[in-house]
Amino acid sequence: MDLGTQETILRLVNQHGAERLLVLLGAPDAESAEISAETVILGDPTFAGPLAETQLGLDVYHILEEEVRQSIPEAVWEDQVGLMADVLEAEEIGTAVRGMRDRRGVPS
Amino acid sequence: MSPVFDGKFVIALGERDGVAGPAIATCAKAAGSEVVFSATECFV
Repeated sequence: MDLGTQETILRLVNQHGAERLLVLLGAPDAESAEISAETVILGDPTFAGPLAETQLGLDVYHILEEEVRQSIPEAVWEDQVGLMADVLEAEEIGTAVRGMRDRRGVPS
Repeated sequence: MSPVFDGKFVIALGERDGVAGPAIATCAKAAGSEVVFSATECFV
């Protein structure tokens, strides 16, 4: 994840509080989705950015996950995401992000 | 509002080869959430 993005996320956590933030990912595959989710939950796995060793424990979903889709008006979801939903491996991506969510609050 | 959004501020982290930040942000707004940050990254 970009270092500037990590810095912004840290600022938003300080501004709004971690419990009031929701991160929505648009990653193209399970691997990148998992790394992004890990960064905002357990900290930057590359130890390069401001979130290194910073366990924010943020709520994070991928835009293709069913729980998210159900919350968005069908026409908007189809218009904005529908095409990519046919191309990307939604189930695999969802499993990766869900697995990382399950690690929130678990000592690493 | 759904349990996922639940009045939260949304950070839309899109990726160039997946779903872009603005598309995610549009979806979040349509779900009734306020988007506080949107970006489209290139994963390497």
